[in-house]
Amino acid sequence: MIAEAGHYALVLALGLALIQSVVPIAGARRGDVALMEMACSTALAQLLFVGASFVLLTALHVTSDFSVINVFENSHSAKPLIYKVTGVWGNHEGSMLLWVAILALFGALVAAFGNNLPMSLRAHVLAVQAWIASAFYLFILLTSNPFARIAQPPIEGRDLNPILQDIGLAVHPPMLYLGYVGFSISFSFAVAALLEGRIDAAWARWVRPWTLMAWIFLTLGIAMGSYWAYYELGWGGWWFWDPVENASLMPWLAGTALLHSALVMEKRNALKVWTILLSILTFSLSLLGTFLVRSGVLTSVHAFATDPARGVFILLILCVFIGGSLSLFALRAPQLKQGGLFAPISREGALVLNNLFLTTACATVFVGTLYPLGLEVLTGDKISVGAPFFNLTFGPLFVPLLLAVPFGPMLAWKRGDLLAAAQRLTAAGIAALVALAVTWAWTRGGPVLAPLAIALAVFVIAGALSDLAERTALFRIPLSLSLRRARGLPRSAWGTAFAHAGLGVALIGIACEATWNSEYIATMKPDQTASVAGYELKLEGLTQRQGPNYRETVAQFSVSRDGEKLPAMLPSKRSFTTRGMSTTEAALLTRGASQLYLSLGDASADGGIAVRIYHKPLVLLIWWGPVLMAFGGLLSLSDRRLRVGAPKPARAARRLQAAE
Amino acid sequence: MKRAAIILALALAVLAGSPVRAVQPDEIMADPLKEARARELSKELRCMVCQNQSIDDSDAPLARDLRLLVRERIAAGDTDSQVVEFLVARYGEFVLLKPRVNRHTVLLWLLPPLALMGGGIALWVYSRRRNRAGNVDRESLMKLTPSEEARLEKLLGAEPPLRSDEPQT
Repeated sequence: MIAEAGHYALVLALGLALIQSVVPIAGARRGDVALMEMACSTALAQLLFVGASFVLLTALHVTSDFSVINVFENSHSAKPLIYKVTGVWGNHEGSMLLWVAILALFGALVAAFGNNLPMSLRAHVLAVQAWIASAFYLFILLTSNPFARIAQPPIEGRDLNPILQDIGLAVHPPMLYLGYVGFSISFSFAVAALLEGRIDAAWARWVRPWTLMAWIFLTLGIAMGSYWAYYELGWGGWWFWDPVENASLMPWLAGTALLHSALVMEKRNALKVWTILLSILTFSLSLLGTFLVRSGVLTSVHAFATDPARGVFILLILCVFIGGSLSLFALRAPQLKQGGLFAPISREGALVLNNLFLTTACATVFVGTLYPLGLEVLTGDKISVGAPFFNLTFGPLFVPLLLAVPFGPMLAWKRGDLLAAAQRLTAAGIAALVALAVTWAWTRGGPVLAPLAIALAVFVIAGALSDLAERTALFRIPLSLSLRRARGLPRSAWGTAFAHAGLGVALIGIACEATWNSEYIATMKPDQTASVAGYELKLEGLTQRQGPNYRETVAQFSVSRDGEKLPAMLPSKRSFTTRGMSTTEAALLTRGASQLYLSLGDASADGGIAVRIYHKPLVLLIWWGPVLMAFGGLLSLSDRRLRVGAPKPARAARRLQAAE
Repeated sequence: MKRAAIILALALAVLAGSPVRAVQPDEIMADPLKEARARELSKELRCMVCQNQSIDDSDAPLARDLRLLVRERIAAGDTDSQVVEFLVARYGEFVLLKPRVNRHTVLLWLLPPLALMGGGIALWVYSRRRNRAGNVDRESLMKLTPSEEARLEKLLGAEPPLRSDEPQT
């Protein structure tokens, strides 16, 4: 009964979406307020029905109703409750349902908080949202129904892939989807603007907070996925240039570019056409990411060809939306008027440079990810494009970008003074040189490149701080006055500084982890000791433990450094009986931003066990960086000017309009 | 100049590549120099049964076989390029995570720099054209449609004038 209700709710949501696809646009064409207003009601009702559908699927998983295929294949009655809930989106069908539920959420948010939007713009935006929603409802209902039943219900389920039974991966997909799907809003706004043939600074002011919100979620989602890979996969790597990772990195790069170009458009009314194009591209890349991950095309082109129903459907969605929106862009963009002239050396110029490098970086990831697929389809040749390729092509693009980051906020709009900006960055430059000298002297004879990278990172961080110091006239006026100025600074200025500093922080972490990582790999028996980077580890013993749906071998290690006793480390190896799979649970000992990382390998015949011990200096900075960036984004989002959006007069006008 | 470019590229290779490894204790070679060579080579070779993992990362049995093979060749006195030749002859280009430049992969290597150059040139041409066009279209920037014009008239008649926009900051 629950499954049927969930299925029915989804069908009703599709019906609502179809209505919402057509009626508001007809209303906008005729100037019919009632028809345009209808989009809001349907958007809210859609959220209600999809939300209900999602809650019902969750209920099926929680109650372990194995008469539903989706629950049978991905759940087990002995699974802990939290993984019963997160298992809902730990599989194809459920994650697509989550995707549309988030899409409906964003649509409803526009409907609920879009009162200050021009009425026809809102109608168009919601209609475009409904087109996307209809396509994905159809996809779920026709190829990936999560509510399908089994005629003869089995007694027990097949359990969720053990590697997904982890809190990190429980939170990762919703975050990522909030990011992916959040970009649908800027896409809808772009298409709506093209349909209406009009766009202005108020448009950018509306789009920017939505883009920012999506970007924050995507940043956190990617960082969380990376940290999960780091501790769960058992060898301490945090980024693999895997196509699945690249699929989320591409929208992030394009979205970061969009964030910056929307700024130019809002402030200076320039780069309109480019901003529209980026909005379309960013969401297109989100769709592409969904396609790459969901169609199975990555595992093998042949796997895709043998079971093509889902893949072809998503490919169709991809072609219709990307092709359609780009054609519309080609048709309408020339009519959009350009505004706001600026000199090459200016804040606008710096942001254009940022866009050039970010989009090129995005293109590089795109080419590297899809080239092997294309080559195999065209010639049958199989090649691999992996980390060494990306490090060589993607990496160099970030050096000039990072060098330019501190200059951007220092330049004036319209026409900037590069020399003056450089003068204001003198302190940052000195800090970078000092960092270079210190790391060089400290690690003399060691790698040459890491100190350079750290100097660059320090330059980015000090540059962000210099910008704040400059704006508050720190050290030039009495401190109390500076503090008052700091309080008066717009939050977006603080946001910029935090986000840019976050880049530098992450870079320090990456450089340190890559260069000064120490490792110890050996087979250890109880009472043997190992010493890594000044830490003494002693294997005290091995024990077996029974978990709710697994058995695990736990190794107890006592840890000490310079005679000081540290908390014990308990790495384990779990084997999950239902799927016959095992996972390594690494033990982590955090000291400041550095970590001691311990994971178990296979047991040997003579009672020993293979262990891998790593000391990773400052590794946590890799993820603190993105967290800082997201915090910066949040500060910027809370800026009054963004919150107010298109300002009060518009609301007053609407009230009048109602009285008309 | 060329050297600077190589250093820059290497800098980033070091930054972005993380030393992840699945080497088993019993595989490690006695000579630390040879072991280091084996490790560097392992990072560029693909574990063919895994999804996008190098044999240095992968726990799969095939990856272990390949790691041992690499060490065997090094112990036999092969140079790095001879080891790579040996593996490519046996398993094809698919085993290389960094494809070699040939007829089929030249585009892969050229596209990123071309994208950057193309973007740069497009920007340069665009900014020149903009500067020549000057301010002529500034007038039409914020034009209202006739219907909006009419509504604005109506509102202006009914209410004291509203601010058109917030002051620019």
